[in-house]
Formats: sequence, structure tokens, C-alpha cells
Amino acid sequence: MKVAVSAQGRDLEAMVDSRFGRCSYFIIVDLETEKFEAVANRPGPGGAGVAAAQLMAQREVEAVITGNLGPKAGQGLAVAGITVYRSQGGTVKENLEALRAGELEELGNPTVGSRFGYHR
Amino acid sequence: MQIAVASGKGGTGKTTVAVNLALALAEKGPLQFLDCDVEEPNAHLFLHPSLGEEERVNMPVPVVDEAKCTACGHCAQVCAFNAIAVLAGHVLTFPELCHGCGGCTLLCPEDALREEPKEIGTIQRGHSGNISFVHGKIKIGSALAPPIVEAVREQARKEGIVIIDASPGTSCPVVAAVKDVDYCLLVTEPTPFGLHDLNLAVQMLGKLKLAAGVILNRAGEGDEMIEEYCREKGLPLHLKIPFDRRYAALYARGSALVEEYPHWREAFRDLMREIEGRVGK
Repeated sequence: MKVAVSAQGRDLEAMVDSRFGRCSYFIIVDLETEKFEAVANRPGPGGAGVAAAQLMAQREVEAVITGNLGPKAGQGLAVAGITVYRSQGGTVKENLEALRAGELEELGNPTVGSRFGYHR
Repeated sequence: MQIAVASGKGGTGKTTVAVNLALALAEKGPLQFLDCDVEEPNAHLFLHPSLGEEERVNMPVPVVDEAKCTACGHCAQVCAFNAIAVLAGHVLTFPELCHGCGGCTLLCPEDALREEPKEIGTIQRGHSGNISFVHGKIKIGSALAPPIVEAVREQARKEGIVIIDASPGTSCPVVAAVKDVDYCLLVTEPTPFGLHDLNLAVQMLGKLKLAAGVILNRAGEGDEMIEEYCREKGLPLHLKIPFDRRYAALYARGSALVEEYPHWREAFRDLMREIEGRVGK
């Protein structure tokens, strides 16, 4: 399974970025092979959540781990059939382990309003 | 001749200047007043025009015909604002992000997109004596002011004097309000904030290549820094309106200076003569 984690840095030791659309990097990990790739996120002035959701779909990601999710990103990920898990903080690696152990809660609804990730 | 009143900093007295200029000139003949501060239009509070029906200002937003759509993604690629997205074979539109450029509809190879009007604001026309009045109002929740500013400016007459009240700041709605005018008055106050934002507004007008002059409101203390700035930049300082409790009281009642003090009527007519001299009309 391919999982994307919103992160503040470019490796597995990086802290999770609680923002989805405006996070610094996406660490995209193949859970079977443990290979990962860091994708820099460069959001424009508007629609960052939509763009990030689209990127997830293009990369054929099956699950996303992030802190918060806005309404438009939530709609996009839902349409693409991507499951979202809520991170409780910590590093990318810790979150992947928590996912494997079934400790991460599934995020059903958006947790924050539109434009939440701006200035954070 | 179109004269815009802008400021950079908010609350410096744009509407005061625009309204007093309009009222002073209206005694001599008809003119037009366009309130382009569509996020907070308030010139009507001073001019008391009779207002007609609100007319809708629409913006075209895309609607997808799912039967024709192949999810090729051309629309999402061209959209600079992420207002249309293609995810796993589905197209999603976000009208609140759309700027109405029409690029997606134009590029769709399957003819699967059409445009539908979405209301983003209104304009209203009216009269107050010799003043023909128009203002625009953005719809609450809508983020896009320039198309409404443009809709107000489309009402501008080709002949005669047109006074445009712009919004504060130096971004898109202000640019839409001042673009291609014959002259721009910049209203400021003698504070570091007034000077700082005046400088931003002067730089904006420089990019737009517009002729401009300065009006110093709440003058009295600290005038020198604005005077020195104007000298440095070669900008005419047309008028000083003193910081005076009586003027503040008038403003609070929704009255204009020229209605209460005849010498201000003369001062604003002199201002108009100076502008005409500079524009050469």
C-alpha cells in the first residue's frame, strides 16, 4: 500500500506537518518495500487543498496521514477514494508504525475550515 | 475626465475627499460619482442618492457534463486557482476558487464544460441632484472584487467629470478602480503609517503610469514628513484639511465639509482647476 504523510522535512525522521494542503513535504512510502520519496509541496495562493488532493490521486496514493484536513481537500480525497488517517504528531516513521499497528484513527470529516493552513 | 481617489492606508479620508469634490463641483453642473470601494461602499451615506434596483454582477463558472467528460485533465492543468480538479477519473469544480477566465471551457476537447453565471455582487444606480451615482457591492462570502469594480466602471460616461472612490490598499481591487483614469488623488495623513502606505500607493501608480497628486488630511502635526516626501517625489500637495474637531463632528453626522463651510467649496473647486491644469483638459 502506498501511503503519503504530510511532513516538515524530507525523510522518515521528519516531524509530521499538521497541515495537509500547505505542508512542506509529502513523504510517499510504499509500505511493502519500505521505499520512500519526498515530494516538495509548493502551494499557490489559493486551492492548496485541492491541488494536494489531486497530487495524491496522480501518485496513486491509497492512504494519507495528516493532522488537519480542510473541506475542499476532504472532498477531493473522498472522490479519489483515498483514506485519511489523523496523526497525533511525532515523526513520519512513528506514524507509519502506528498505522501498521492499527492505532491511527480514520478521519471521516474535515477537521478545519477553508484557508486554515495559511500563515501557520 | 476621470479622477480617482485612492490612499494606500485605510481611513485617511478618501470618501471625504471624493464626496466633497463631487458636491463642490455639482453646484456648477452635472457629474458622475462611482463608488468602487465594493467591500465597504459608503459614499451614499454622504450623498444620499435615490437608489434603483440592485443589478446582479455575475461571473462565469464551469459546469461539467459527466456524460461527455473523459477526465483527460486539460481543465485542471490550465486552472491557475485549482478551481477544477481531476481525481481518479472524476472532475470536481470549486466555484468559490474560480476567477471566471473561461480557460477550462475553452480547452476542453470533449466539449464537456459549459459556463453558468454565478452571482458575485451587485451594482446600484441612482441620483442625488446633479450627481449621477453608481456603487457596487460584493456578495458576502465572495472573494473576487475586481469584476464588480469593473462593472461599476462600465457605467462611466464618456463625457464630463467622473469621480471614482477606490478602496484602500494597493492590490487588485484598487488597480481595477484606478486603471486608465486621467488623474489620481492620494489621500494621506501625517503619521508614519500614512507616509508608509502613501509610498506604496505612489509606487503602484508609478507602475500604472498615472498622474497623481496628494491631499493631506488631519493636517497639523507631523505635516513636514509628508511635505518632504512630496518634494522628493515631485508630487503636488494640492490640499491640506486640518485636524479639527468640528470636521470630525460633521463626518460623524454624515455631512460634508462643503455643505457647512463655503470656503471649502472654493478650496475643492480650486483643487479641480489644479487637476485640470495638470491633465491639460
